[in-house]
Amino acid sequence: MFIINCPYCGERDQTEFSSGGEAHIVRPKQPTELSDDEWAEFLFMRKNIKGIQFERWNHSHGCRKWFNVVRDTSNDKIHAVYKMGEKPPVNK
Amino acid sequence: MTQELRINNKKFIDQTNRLSFKFNGEKLYGYKGDTLASALLANNIHLVGRSFKYHRPRGIMTCGSEEPNAIVQIGNDPSLTDPNVRATEIELYEGLEAFSQNCWPNVKFDIGGINNLLSPLLPAGFYYKTFMWPAGFWEKYEFFIRHSAGLGKSPTKPDPDIYDHKYYHCDVLVVGGGISGIMAAKLSAENNNETLLLDDKNILGGTTIYQNNDCFTIDDNHTNYWLEKEIKNIKNIKNLTIKTRTSLAAYHGYNYLLAKENITDHLNPDERKGKIRQRLWKIRAKKVIIATGSIERPLIFNNNDRPGIMLSSAIKKFIDFYGVKTGKEISLFTNNDSAYETAISLKKSGVNIVSIIDIRDESSSKIVKEVEKHNIKIYWNHTIVNTEGYRRISFIEIMQLSDDGSGVIGKKIKLKTDCLGISGGWTPMVHLFTQSGGKLKFRSDDNVFLPDKNKTPSDQISIGSCNGDFDIKDIILNSNKDVKTFLGIENSPFDNIKVESSKEEKKRNIWLLPSDKPIGKTKPFLDFQNDSTAKDVKLALREGFKSIEHVKRYTTTGMGTDQGKLSNMHALGIIAETTGTNMGELGTTTFRPPYTPLTFGAIVGRNVGEFFDHTRKTAMHNWHVQNKAQFENVGQWKRAWYYPKNGESMYDAVQRESKAARESVGILDASTLGKIDIQGTDASEFLNRVYTNAWSKLAIGKCRYGLMLNEDGMVYDDGVTTRLDQNHYIMTTTTGGAANVLSKLEDYLQTEWPELDVYLTTVTDHFSTISICGPNSKKILSKVIPDLDLSDQNFPHMSFKNSIINGIKCRVMRISFTGEHSYEINIQSNYAKHVWELCMDAGKNYNITPYGTETMHLLRAEKGFIITGQDTDGTMTPSDLQMDWIIGKKKFDFIGKRSLYRSDTIRDDRKQLVGLLTDDPKEILEEGAQIVEKLNQKPVEMLGHVTSSYFSPNLNKSIALAVMKSGKKLKGKKFFVPMENKNINVTVTDTVFFDKENKRLNA
Ligand SMILES: [Zn+2]
Repeated sequence: MFIINCPYCGERDQTEFSSGGEAHIVRPKQPTELSDDEWAEFLFMRKNIKGIQFERWNHSHGCRKWFNVVRDTSNDKIHAVYKMGEKPPVNK
Repeated sequence: MTQELRINNKKFIDQTNRLSFKFNGEKLYGYKGDTLASALLANNIHLVGRSFKYHRPRGIMTCGSEEPNAIVQIGNDPSLTDPNVRATEIELYEGLEAFSQNCWPNVKFDIGGINNLLSPLLPAGFYYKTFMWPAGFWEKYEFFIRHSAGLGKSPTKPDPDIYDHKYYHCDVLVVGGGISGIMAAKLSAENNNETLLLDDKNILGGTTIYQNNDCFTIDDNHTNYWLEKEIKNIKNIKNLTIKTRTSLAAYHGYNYLLAKENITDHLNPDERKGKIRQRLWKIRAKKVIIATGSIERPLIFNNNDRPGIMLSSAIKKFIDFYGVKTGKEISLFTNNDSAYETAISLKKSGVNIVSIIDIRDESSSKIVKEVEKHNIKIYWNHTIVNTEGYRRISFIEIMQLSDDGSGVIGKKIKLKTDCLGISGGWTPMVHLFTQSGGKLKFRSDDNVFLPDKNKTPSDQISIGSCNGDFDIKDIILNSNKDVKTFLGIENSPFDNIKVESSKEEKKRNIWLLPSDKPIGKTKPFLDFQNDSTAKDVKLALREGFKSIEHVKRYTTTGMGTDQGKLSNMHALGIIAETTGTNMGELGTTTFRPPYTPLTFGAIVGRNVGEFFDHTRKTAMHNWHVQNKAQFENVGQWKRAWYYPKNGESMYDAVQRESKAARESVGILDASTLGKIDIQGTDASEFLNRVYTNAWSKLAIGKCRYGLMLNEDGMVYDDGVTTRLDQNHYIMTTTTGGAANVLSKLEDYLQTEWPELDVYLTTVTDHFSTISICGPNSKKILSKVIPDLDLSDQNFPHMSFKNSIINGIKCRVMRISFTGEHSYEINIQSNYAKHVWELCMDAGKNYNITPYGTETMHLLRAEKGFIITGQDTDGTMTPSDLQMDWIIGKKKFDFIGKRSLYRSDTIRDDRKQLVGLLTDDPKEILEEGAQIVEKLNQKPVEMLGHVTSSYFSPNLNKSIALAVMKSGKKLKGKKFFVPMENKNINVTVTDTVFFDKENKRLNA
């Protein structure tokens, strides 16, 4: 049970948040132009890394804002938190 | 008898407060301050239970949470009885009743004891090997295993006790109130840190608080005297909170820890009444200091499990702390110096020591010399090869060890003894450290796993004997130094204290001590609770198990309720020795939380009964209750299900309600539907993107049904959305989907389309919804809102009006989920019950009939309207539902659009929604029933299943919706629905059963 530093509210217990999976998967602007394989790549394929992972989190029992988290999935250490649309502050 | 074994000078026992208690029905006495174990021993009772597999007699072995044998059932009240309680941990109270577990019919005569005679037939893996095959025999074996094994009885009635949860934040948490924990707590609190100190015992001070020995002094006083003063002092430090009887259960990441405080378990049942029994502390600490100490190891030799064989440190605590002699002729068996401290304690209390058997060649430390002064016979370089005595140890047989320690030589000596203390060295309690993610390192001098400083999660340290310091001098110096560094403290009151101790110089370790008999003829127990022996571990290795985790499971070593606190190190040692591996490389098994068992009560706390989950009630809830509604749980909502009249069955009530709604007028509380207020200049564009159909051209004041998909093209939710104004919509969602739909929409707005000017607000609870449906609905509404023009020209189907009822603003939609002419009044919830009652009043002459969710489901099924989550299951596309009409084909994009023509979603043999009619119109299908074409096919091909099924009173026949493979092509075809006793003949039909032309909407 980790602590997440919500960029809008500050440090809160993990139970206030929900995870939204891998970050920086951009929804294609013109899905109709994609092949089945290209669309499947967007729709289904996720990395599920052991180690440094870029993730989306939502402060669902707080301000309800979405933001990004850089987390080491092997020890839950959070290296950075940044808002949607911002560049990752650590190398991706 | 009691007096002979009790010494009357111990300050921890209140001898003015005599307590009576019962053990296995026998009335006995002890004192305030005793544990059940110390009171039993004072009554000369060692035999407390039977071992798990062989049912060998077992006695109290330890004085703490590592106890493997003395596991008892407390009380026999069907709601309060508590199984698996360690007699060494429970404090004695007046009237305590305890029973041995795992013996049948009783502890002295035990039928399962026959397993002991059969033990050559019960090797490791026996249960796996035997009961695996033939499969059908398991039931027969199970009866005997369950009857003769079983660890305690569960209470059969609800738990009347109160449990509590507490969240706690502190700068520093100190776990363990032994000498190093006390020092750490003082240093921390006196340096401006909000500090919490926890200890699982009722008294602080660990083992030092009763260490009263000339060899161990601090500032020229006995260590216990010094520590007592320190404890007195810290109780006055303002920043320090001390919680005793509180055991740490789990250590999670980010210094989140769970601890269980026992508040009333030490009181008699009368004193407990109305009080909280246990409290679970949920602690967030900025820094954690682990000072959990260490526990003594047993020695592994032939027949080392008889009652009367105990850890040497336990014998010392029983005599020095509780004032109880554990025997009259005590022997000690050791590989290190600490048994000599026990010897001095026994000697001081006048107990006769038969001899000390030491596997080392010699030791010339201060404490050994002290013992030698008392003329106690020490057998150096000897081992015990056998013990005798069935219900209590009576003799030990000792022999000299060979040079390499692998065998025994010389003459066997037989010594009479009624209690044997064993000491195999010490094991640091690193469980919490490893739970937190810390990694261990191995120290080969004394074979211990220690916290690796380089692999310790930040913001914690381990100090004292859990960090591998066993000498009091090292403990004090290192604890002081490490805590100072950890907390950034410059000067400490402990910097200049003078500590004297007896330094242990000599060590020798033999994991499995030899006997004069071959190993096959011996019983060297490793795990006393699960009855696994060193032989079992060796057998597992011979059979090819190599990983410690596999050996553990195969032999069940370390899998009891004590989690192998005593046995793990020896199991590892024997594996390492047998396989020629380094113990450090072998590693330990994983220590999982909880460190000591938690009650379910403590885990759930106050969240029981009505507090287990939230209950949401509509504004009209009390009206439904008064009118005898039966309720259905929909998510957290309580929804009126049906309103039985005069003892009607559910079926009869639903038939009556359904008929009334179509023949005159029905009224439904639809308040639980999700409502999302959508505003902003891009609101129309937003709806275009989230629904499959087009929204830009929807006129103000009009309503439209929308279908929402997931990005994978599957139907997710549906509902009617109304355009209230140019940039203002109100969306309705399904009851169960409301929260998820809002989250999903917020997700897209914040992350994919932040450029859209759209704001979402949930208004589900703010507005209540009254749905009035049926041919007379218009008459009711015109009575309730006389000045509203209800003509089809002014107020057509799928439109909305702002209106006022008795001065209360409301929104009225003319929409229908039943196919009838109907209205939905949305009104601020505070006034909703009032308006509901106005409608009921207005409908008196029209037999206005309140109906519940079941009738609503029936009516919509007559019309073939789907319910997402009932007729869909996350695998249905709009096309599968025969709803292609709702796809805005010209739209550039919407959520899920691209998925609608993936190779898989365009297959024409997908499961598709169909209608089903039974050949016998009275036969009602079961929802979930399978549909097949050929009855005799093996395996029979399942073509689909029934999703909704009712008897329609308006059609006077049974109707059903189903999903079937290639369903769209099957209209008119006949199939079977096989049931347990019959096969039902069905025909596939259109999904709309009633009023196919939608004439009634404008009736
Ligand atoms: Zn927030």
